[in-house]
Formats: sequence, structure tokens, C-alpha cells
Amino acid sequence: MAGVAVRGIRKRFAGAEALAGISLDFPDGGFFGLLGPSGSGKTTLLRIIAGFEHPDSGRVEIGGEDVARMPVERRRIGMVFQSYALFPNMTVAENVAFGLRAAGVPRAERATRAAEALALVRLQGLGERRPHQLSGGQRQRVALARAIVTRPRVLLLDEPLSALDKALREEMQVELKRIQREVGVTTIFVTHDQEEALTLSDRIGILRDGLLVEEGPPETLYAAPRTRFAAEFLGAANILTGEAVPEGLRLPDGAILRAPAPARMVAIRPEAVTLAPDGSAPEGWTALTATVTARIFAGARTILHLERHGTALRASLPGGAPPALVPGAEARLAIPPDRVVPLTG
Amino acid sequence: MTAVLNAIGRGWLILTLAFLYLPILVMAAMSFNASPFYRLPVEFSTRWYAALMGNAALKQAAWNSVWIALVTTAIATALGTAAAIGLHRHRFPGRALLQAALYPPIAIPWLITGTAMLVFFYFLGIPRGSPAVVVGHVALAIPYVVIVVGARLKGFDPALEEAARSLGARPWQVAAWVTLPYLAPAVIAAALFAFAVSFDQFVISYFLAAPGDTTLPVEIYAAIRKGFTPEVNAVSTIVIGLSMALMLLVARLARFGEVR
Repeated sequence: MAGVAVRGIRKRFAGAEALAGISLDFPDGGFFGLLGPSGSGKTTLLRIIAGFEHPDSGRVEIGGEDVARMPVERRRIGMVFQSYALFPNMTVAENVAFGLRAAGVPRAERATRAAEALALVRLQGLGERRPHQLSGGQRQRVALARAIVTRPRVLLLDEPLSALDKALREEMQVELKRIQREVGVTTIFVTHDQEEALTLSDRIGILRDGLLVEEGPPETLYAAPRTRFAAEFLGAANILTGEAVPEGLRLPDGAILRAPAPARMVAIRPEAVTLAPDGSAPEGWTALTATVTARIFAGARTILHLERHGTALRASLPGGAPPALVPGAEARLAIPPDRVVPLTG
Repeated sequence: MTAVLNAIGRGWLILTLAFLYLPILVMAAMSFNASPFYRLPVEFSTRWYAALMGNAALKQAAWNSVWIALVTTAIATALGTAAAIGLHRHRFPGRALLQAALYPPIAIPWLITGTAMLVFFYFLGIPRGSPAVVVGHVALAIPYVVIVVGARLKGFDPALEEAARSLGARPWQVAAWVTLPYLAPAVIAAALFAFAVSFDQFVISYFLAAPGDTTLPVEIYAAIRKGFTPEVNAVSTIVIGLSMALMLLVARLARFGEVR
């Protein structure tokens, strides 16, 4: 096992800049999510770490060792592909044992270790099947078993769950997390699904246009993003702009939004917006009024779409909203200052 | 109504098959007929097969055809498979043109191709003879190989090779364990095609072979011109038997390729 580090990675494809200078540390034994919209360069970065692409400049280190000149097959990585890429001419057991066979492990040991890996992904007894006889979720597990049976230094996952339906995806998220914890292998995975990134990772790096926007533990990135892009990409956010004042931010209509620090732009998560039915916000909170434009019942929560002097706002209320708050009604909002996040850009 | 149409359809099919196979069946029957004058009823005899064994020219020509076809198959399959992989994997200037250039040789009449080769080889100073015949046959067979192998490659997921490499497989292991097993049905089918193209070839062989040391189709043609003997029926029956066995094998492998 080993940590991975990239330093100043740049890569151009046919004139377009895919990566514009990325430096990142992937801690040993961690589960790192590379999150970004399509075209952000996250897959290119993963393929550079694997060795399928070569950076125009910059360093890639696995376990402190510079792997720039090392071909893929000598990097001791494990990779799960979006299409799973199971070998159709081999059985499940042969697929899983492939890396051991390439390394010259004796046949008997190969069989034992492949069976262990299949048990780890809960597919014991399916070794003699062919890939085309398996369901999508089972193929995913085979691909995972095949990638970890060689005890790689790093496990790379390229959109591992995108081909599965929602129920299966949620089940596999739990499984992936369990397996990664049991094996303890440094894992880097690429996704465009923010929920997947939040669920699986213990650190997330958000990429945009070939640059790292922000990096940190999911809780921190969600609760205290520094940029508008991170705030909006990781879940819903109300973005408010105005003039920086000592108390926080002065909205265009003159109202003061209390924040931990002066700011010209802030983000407020919809679930941080609460109702103050009697018009009195707790001491130190910001009290605002806004007009309801839509009311959406979503089971455990009710989402209110609001408008205040041309600015759209959203409030996500647990346990429903008062019946009076229908479109056109006036809502009294209370916002705690510690949930108002100053943004730098 | 449907019943009538079905009957017509079935009748049509039988007529077509009769049209295709009756001449061959008659020839096969006559090769086993003792009479050299096609007298009926057929009186079973293997005398023409025995006579064939004594016909040195036909035997030599048959042997020539077999080894030329085998050499052609080996060269054309290797070059064609490599070309198909190259065309599939790499993007380079002129690739589309190269790919398009593969098809015309299949459509150009062999008589024209043969004349062109004869003139070209004469120009280069390459004498007529078996080496020239092999070169000509290889040139004819390569497009078939590229097309058959190329069609299979279209369905190949490049992630398979990447997966193999990520698991530590060296380039030869990737080729031997992943790429070639996937391509195998197509490569075998392509090889059988190449063999058939060479073995059935008349015009090119006729133009490029040295007089007196030629291939089976050319020798059969010469024999017929000299005066027909039922030995030709015998050798043709053997060739047809072998060709049909080969083509059935191709059909099987081609289908095998689809299911996988």
C-alpha cells in the first residue's frame, strides 16, 4: 500500500488543455473521490496515475516513487473500468486470477487467492460462470475482485457505479466502502455524481476545467465550501451577493445578512434556512421575509421556493411547512449566522 | 394462401439448389463411372482415380496448388491481421484512403489484375514461376483478411487490453491471453478465405506460373483443351469435396464469432 501524489500535472489533447496544472495528495489507505463535471479532466488525471496517459509536465508518485518512466504493468495498480472490461473468453475465476497468472503465481495459490477475493465481494461459488452469464452488479463485483486480488498499491475506479440502476448503486456504495475498509488499499475514484462522492469518499477533490477547485473531507466541503462552484456542485446552495460590511453582507435592498466574517458573496444551504413564524428570529440570527413561489412536498422534507427582491431562495424544511405557506404568501425566515458561508469566488 | 406461397417458395429453393448442385453431382457421378463416354447407367469404378494417381502432371499441379495456398494463407493472414490491427488502433493521415483502397482489388476483374501483375513483374524483371504466383495470391488475399479481422475488431473494447495491463500483464501476455483469443475465430475464418482465394485462383496463376509447372486449375484447363478425360472429373470431385468442407468450417467459425 502506498499514498499517491501528483505535482503540477499538465496535459493537452489536440490543443485543448485537459489538465492545467494539478497538484494533489492522495493519503495512504484513504478513499479519495475526484469529482467534477464531464470535461473537467478527472478521468484524464486517473488515467495518468494509472499510466495510460503521460502528462506533458509534472510528476506522479506512488509510495514516494516517481513513476513517470514506469509502464502501466509495472506500477502495481488495480483498476475498475466503467465498462468493467471483463475478459469474455475466460471464466469468472480466470478473470479474477488473471493478474496472479501474469505475475507467475503458481496455479494452486492462484485458485485459493481468487476464491478468497470472490468471497470478499460475496460471489463465492460463481467462479465457473462466464461474464455474460452475470448481472451488472455481479460483473462490477468481479471487476473489483480482479483488481484487488493482486494486492495493488493503489486502487483506481473509473465511474464505478454509473452503469448500475439506483437501488443497486446504493447497495454497491455500501459494499465498496466495506471492501475498501477491509482491504485498506489507497483508493482513488472518479465520479460526476456528487452524492456518490459524498457517500464514499473520506476526501474529495473538485475539478473544473482541468484545475483543482477545492479539496478536503466531504463534511468540510459541504458545510464550508470556499467557492461558488464547490458550493453549487456539492448539493444545492443559495448564493447571495452584496456589499461586505462588518456584520457580514449587506443585500442590495439594504438588509444585513449576518455572517461569521465580512463577505461580498455567501452560500446558504437550503436546510439552514428556517422559519420564524412569529417573526422573531433568535438572538444574533438574520430575519428576512420572502415570497413563496412554489411549494414542493418531498416526503421527509418540504422544499419552499422563495423570492426576495428578484433573488431566488430555497428552504428545505424537515417535517413539512405550515399550510398557510402557499405560492404568493409571505414567509418569515430565520438564518443562523454560522450557517452562512462566505465565498471567495 | 400462405400454404400456396410456402409451396412456391420451397419449390424455388429446391430449383436454386438443383441449379447449383446438379452439375457438380453429375460430375461426381461420372468420376465414378467406368465408361469414359458418359454412358448410362453408371457402372461404379474407381479407375479414373487410379489413373489420376498415375498422372504426374495433374499430381504435381495439385501439390503446387496446395503448397502455394498454404504459403499464401500464412503470409496473407499474418500481414492482413497486422494491417487490420494497425488500421483499427492508430489514427494517422491517409488512414481513410488506405482503408478505402482495400476494396477495389476485390471488385477489379482478376483478368485485369493478372495482366497488370504480369506487366509489372516483367517490368521489375521478376521471372514467371511459383514465387511470383505466391506474391500475386498474397496480394489478392490480403483485402479479405483485413476485412474479416477488421469487422471483429470493431466490437473490441479497448478497455480489455488496458485492464490486462493494469493487472501487470506484459505486452506479449496481453496479446496472447486477451487480444488474440478474442480475434481467433476471425483470424481462422480469414485464413480459410485466404486459402480458398489462392486455391481457386486461375487467371493470376495462369499468367504468373512457369509453363509446365503450374497449379491445379491451370492444369485442368490445359487438360480439357488437350482432350477431355474423366480424370479431370475425379480431380475436380476431390477439390470440390475439400472446398466444401473448408467453407462449412468458415461458416461455422463465422457464426461462432457472432455469439461471443
